[in-house]
Amino acid sequence: MAAPQTQSKLVRWIDRRLPIFTFLDHELNEYPTPKNLNYWWNFGSLAGIMLTIMIVTGIFLAMEYTPNTNLAFDSVERIMRAVNYGWLIRYIHMNGASFFFIVTYIHIFRGLYYGSYKEPRELLWMLGVVILLCMMATAFMGYVLPWGQMSYWGATVITNLFSAIPLVGNDIVTWLWGGFSVDNPTLNRFYALHYLLPFVILGVVGLHLMALHTHGSNNPLGIDRKGPQDSIPFHPYYTVKDMFGLAVFLIVFAVFVFYFPNALADPQNYIRANPLQTPPEIVPEWYFLPFYAMLRSVPDILFIKAKLAGVIAMFGSIGLLFILPWLDTSPVRSARFRPIYKWVFWLLVIDVLALGMVGAHRPEGMWIVIGRVGTLYYFFHFLILFPLIGIFERPLPLPTSISAAVTKGGGKLAGASAPMEKP
Amino acid sequence: MRRLALVLVGAGLLLAPAAYAQDETAPALPRPGWSFDGPFGTFDRAALQRGFQVYSEVCSNCHSMNLLAYDDLGPDGPGGGLGYTEDEVKAIAAQKQVTDGPNDQGDMFQRPARPSDHFVPPFPNDQANRAAHNGALPPDLSLIVKERAGGLGAMPWLASGPDYVYGILTGFKNPPTGEKMPDNSYYNVDFPGHHIAMPPPLSADVVTYSDGTKATVPQEAHDVVTFLAWAAEPTMEERKRTGAKVLIFLLVLAGILYAAKRKIWADVH
Repeated sequence: MAAPQTQSKLVRWIDRRLPIFTFLDHELNEYPTPKNLNYWWNFGSLAGIMLTIMIVTGIFLAMEYTPNTNLAFDSVERIMRAVNYGWLIRYIHMNGASFFFIVTYIHIFRGLYYGSYKEPRELLWMLGVVILLCMMATAFMGYVLPWGQMSYWGATVITNLFSAIPLVGNDIVTWLWGGFSVDNPTLNRFYALHYLLPFVILGVVGLHLMALHTHGSNNPLGIDRKGPQDSIPFHPYYTVKDMFGLAVFLIVFAVFVFYFPNALADPQNYIRANPLQTPPEIVPEWYFLPFYAMLRSVPDILFIKAKLAGVIAMFGSIGLLFILPWLDTSPVRSARFRPIYKWVFWLLVIDVLALGMVGAHRPEGMWIVIGRVGTLYYFFHFLILFPLIGIFERPLPLPTSISAAVTKGGGKLAGASAPMEKP
Repeated sequence: MRRLALVLVGAGLLLAPAAYAQDETAPALPRPGWSFDGPFGTFDRAALQRGFQVYSEVCSNCHSMNLLAYDDLGPDGPGGGLGYTEDEVKAIAAQKQVTDGPNDQGDMFQRPARPSDHFVPPFPNDQANRAAHNGALPPDLSLIVKERAGGLGAMPWLASGPDYVYGILTGFKNPPTGEKMPDNSYYNVDFPGHHIAMPPPLSADVVTYSDGTKATVPQEAHDVVTFLAWAAEPTMEERKRTGAKVLIFLLVLAGILYAAKRKIWADVH
């Protein structure tokens, strides 16, 4: 439990009173990590780094931004034109939102494939779902701040969803708006919350990491570490691997920030918000499209109106993830040893991508059909398939230990035989 | 590897909605090609000045450009301006009158615009502008190429905002026989719905270029769109230059980190 012996006197003096060095040593140098993690395990740390990038760029933007309906749009354009490197900071923040969601979605699907949500990591997973919800709220409110057409009309559509709640719905919407339409009070409170929520996320990330470090990372084989031969210290092995992954990720990110900065955004948000002119189509940011598709796909169900049913489906699609660890009845974590789930997993990926396409289209013709089938499948996947596959599937025999499986692969690098590894 | 390919295809599908988000009824826009296209594209300075001339003499009679100030055109402007000297900028600004005040008598007064003033709009307010145009409001042009079609800095296979504005400026045609035209509207092949309230603004020799360039409609349109693209994002050149340096740095960094990773992991079995 002592700080590393080589430290200076000052470090030891501090550490005896405030053991931060011991803590870091414990969580980085001693923290045992499975030796077979593949590159899909990079996305957790990437998400953490994206959160940091968003908070830092966001604080600088906040220094120049004005949350007032008459000034917000111009203040953002002033950042783009007159503030030193304002264009850079804003484009990083704007594209950062998209890339934060990209890495988070990959991180989530990795968890789904390798069964990272199973015993004893249920709370770790649930905290992750809390982070996802906070991220969505933050991103939604952040998108309102530039006060462009999509900001305004997106805010109007999404806040109006709460009017679907029976009896008190309309009162709740008025309360959310702080008035009788999306207006200055709405913008002000969204700004305040957009500044607050990232720090809430930071706190939940702390808990997420605490839960992670209690049992350590899951791994591509999904079996527990049996002893020291199965693990390596986090530092330097995974710090250097994460750093390399980060550099590759930043290359992709930089290509978008510097060469396609508006590719992931709706051009119409460069039009100043105009409450008197509804845009021909109101489309959310791409990372909300699958959920938007579910919202629009659900028809009237018995006595439940389509609007309320859609809202229930949309929020239910994420709420479902909270009980995922108990829906999956299979004792085997990794899909690598689950011959049926291994394929069914990809159906979910295709389903979500298809729903994303549906969300980008007007609900007409075949898009309605695809949207309904896709929404139905999403719930069928988790509520019916997950429990049933666990019962009827016959898992392949698990390797006796991580180290045995890795050496058998013959690769020099740990995890080099993993099929999902990047080249 | 197969899964990686699947994932890449998936990522492509994720980006696809941006392509589909375009108005599907809009016709294919002309793609004339721009000096500012591509990772190394810059604004053609001569085209910028000619385009500014077209804006000043033609467009600015109806369209404001509220986000721009006169000294943006000069050497201290974002992205180095249009190449005008400070004196030239002063002269350009001084051609316009702005209302200032109140002075120490409490009166508002007229004075020539200074470089620090924003572009003087053609009408004092939107209502006056609408009243002069049969109820239609000519949009502000500061960000027009960023807010139409794919905008600026979108995926290169999409028609961009500059393509759209160029299409509108060159797309006026006689309506097909039998087409019912509403009052005060003109037929334009590149306008969604084809009925546009703007009369054809450009014609051959509507401006006289001082550099001897022949003022055809496509030439004028190309020049003014180049100017509008600069106006919408004057920092674009700096963005691309910075991007090249950042990417070179990151590629080297990734290489070094990959080597470090190989070395550190060499003893793991």
